[in-house]
Amino acid sequence: MKTSIDSTTINTKTKILVADDSNTDRMVLDAILRKQGHEVVMAENGREAIEVFCKEKPNIILLDALMPEMDGFEAAQKIKELAGEDFVPIIFLTSLQQADSLAHCLDAGGDDFLSKPYNRVILQAKINAFVRMCGMHNTVQKQRDQIIEHNHRLLREQEIAKRVFDKVAHAGCLDIPNIQYSLSPIAVFNGDVALAGVTTAGTLVVLLGDFTGHGLDAAIGAMPMAQAFYSMLAKGFSLRDILREINSKLHEILPVGVFSCALVADINFAAGSIHVWNGGLPDCVIYRPEVNAGQGQITKLHSRHLPFGILPSKDFDDSVEVYEVQPGDGLYIWSDGIHEAQNEQGEMFGEKQLWEVFNNNRDMRRLFEELNQGVNAFIQGGTLDDDISLIEVKIVEPEEFKPVHSKVLGNESAGPKDWTLKYQLRPDTLREFDPLPLLLHVLMQVSYLRPHSTEIYTVMAELYSNALEHGVLMLDSAMKNSPNGFSEYYRLRSERLADLKEGLVSLEVRYCGDAQGGRLKITVEDSGQGFDYQSLPQKLSENENYSGRGIGLLKSICESIAYFEPGNRVQAIFAWGDRTKESGTSHLNEHGSLGFSTNESIS
Amino acid sequence: MNVEGEHLDLDALNELKQVMGDDFSLLVDTFTNDSVARIESISEAIASGEPDAIRRSAHSFKGSSGNMGAPRLTELCRLLEELGHNGQVEGSHELMEQIVEEYEQVKQALSQI
Repeated sequence: MKTSIDSTTINTKTKILVADDSNTDRMVLDAILRKQGHEVVMAENGREAIEVFCKEKPNIILLDALMPEMDGFEAAQKIKELAGEDFVPIIFLTSLQQADSLAHCLDAGGDDFLSKPYNRVILQAKINAFVRMCGMHNTVQKQRDQIIEHNHRLLREQEIAKRVFDKVAHAGCLDIPNIQYSLSPIAVFNGDVALAGVTTAGTLVVLLGDFTGHGLDAAIGAMPMAQAFYSMLAKGFSLRDILREINSKLHEILPVGVFSCALVADINFAAGSIHVWNGGLPDCVIYRPEVNAGQGQITKLHSRHLPFGILPSKDFDDSVEVYEVQPGDGLYIWSDGIHEAQNEQGEMFGEKQLWEVFNNNRDMRRLFEELNQGVNAFIQGGTLDDDISLIEVKIVEPEEFKPVHSKVLGNESAGPKDWTLKYQLRPDTLREFDPLPLLLHVLMQVSYLRPHSTEIYTVMAELYSNALEHGVLMLDSAMKNSPNGFSEYYRLRSERLADLKEGLVSLEVRYCGDAQGGRLKITVEDSGQGFDYQSLPQKLSENENYSGRGIGLLKSICESIAYFEPGNRVQAIFAWGDRTKESGTSHLNEHGSLGFSTNESIS
Repeated sequence: MNVEGEHLDLDALNELKQVMGDDFSLLVDTFTNDSVARIESISEAIASGEPDAIRRSAHSFKGSSGNMGAPRLTELCRLLEELGHNGQVEGSHELMEQIVEEYEQVKQALSQI
């Protein structure tokens, strides 16, 4: 026992409480510990040990088992209680040899034993070990507290981010009566995004996106997506332009490996059509309950594209599929979470069970609920590996779909008051470019026109597509009436557009107005051969639903519509405010009586 | 082996002297004072006839004897402790007499160091 322990092996001075009723033993221990460089405080019994512990806050306690007043067992229990979360090792000083007595020491909270007579080397080894343990315990405790604090901060940040995100994402019209949706979050934030907005043409665009991953990193791409979606919608861009913009924005911003599967649907209630782009979401559905003698028909909307954010703009495919729908039908969009929902046995809900919910449905008004219940009943105690998101859009009669537009703000300047704009488009432009957002942007500089943006856009879009499709591309609108004609029409349209060598569409906008009201004259001329506009009044009176060239729609919006020989030039006048009272009911006019005073009219 | 060696573990005592330094003689005084009290409590325990009291008092004296490097005294205390642990009182008086006798030897030996 000649080995001497270098007291410097212990970095910081350790305070040790020695509690023993034997003066001799206390003295010996005190001397050994001091020699080893520790600070020693002492107590003669259990009660005193507790007092000294509270006052001196020792790091380690050496406690005799058998003491008067209060024995070591009881003192150990009290001290462990007082120490709470802090680790204060208690070493029992004992020469008790019976196993049950030793067990008693452990039950009381003892961490180790030291038997008499004291062995300096063993004592030092034990103390060193406990000092290291205390250090580790403190580190773990500190790190745990840091983790808790970080977690709190993370949740706070996520909540703030979510509030900001909700403001951006829910600026749209997800709350209109014919939409139902559910996004079930795994974290505060989920990777799923639901967006809905109304185009200037009055159609409804719905988007469900599912970003890779979960939580904040998955949701980070949702902000630019929502922003691109809503701002492009407001500016009057077409579905394809919106798709392109979202893709290029996400491609630009998101790191490799982060992307968003999505389905975007543009629903035209007036035309009874849905344009669909599906990039990476599972098969979604157009459900037609009345078809097949009430058996219902499921049209699957397959994914035909890569998700948003993967391809650079030049490789991005913005082609859409067109489907016919009628009031009573429903569009159902979901992310893969619905397929991957697992029950306790690890089985997935899967497509088969999903279609079963459709097959068992008797009342379509309950279908959304049944789908949610179907999944939840299946998983019960199981786990959700992905967020379950579901959107239902019911196809309603056009008049039942009433999007809300923002009002003119009081203080805004009226903008330009009296002007004409002429815009001619030739083949290279016609092929690729949609002039409507640009024209609408110019028109919306006049703040009085803003509440009427949907009507104005509808008129311009109708006149422009008539000029382009019927005039320049010579497509027959009657094609759309046959069962397969719809898609054939669009196929021919892109084919002829691609081959277009010559042709011209000219748009002229003449505006005159003030705060009380005004008129907007839109003249569209194409290079085509014209058409038999003379028989239009007859056709319209014979058939209320006659849809050729959207005349019915135009008539309902405009004050007047006038065609000029040989039918390749049309003039529509849109009036609002007090100007609408002057000219009475709208009418079809073949001579160009425009409602402008003679000196104001344009030749 | 000299007289001290019969009653004391000299290696252990040398080490104790090293540790205690100038306080060694104070330690010896403390031990002798303590021991008077310990022996008194052992004798009281035996008089009371309670085995557990015998066990406890013998255990305490065993601890300090061990620390003072007195192996024979320690062993005698251990035997008495075991007796008490087994619930026996018989033979405790004889053991105590041996303990007192051995303690006197230890005290003598310590005073000569």
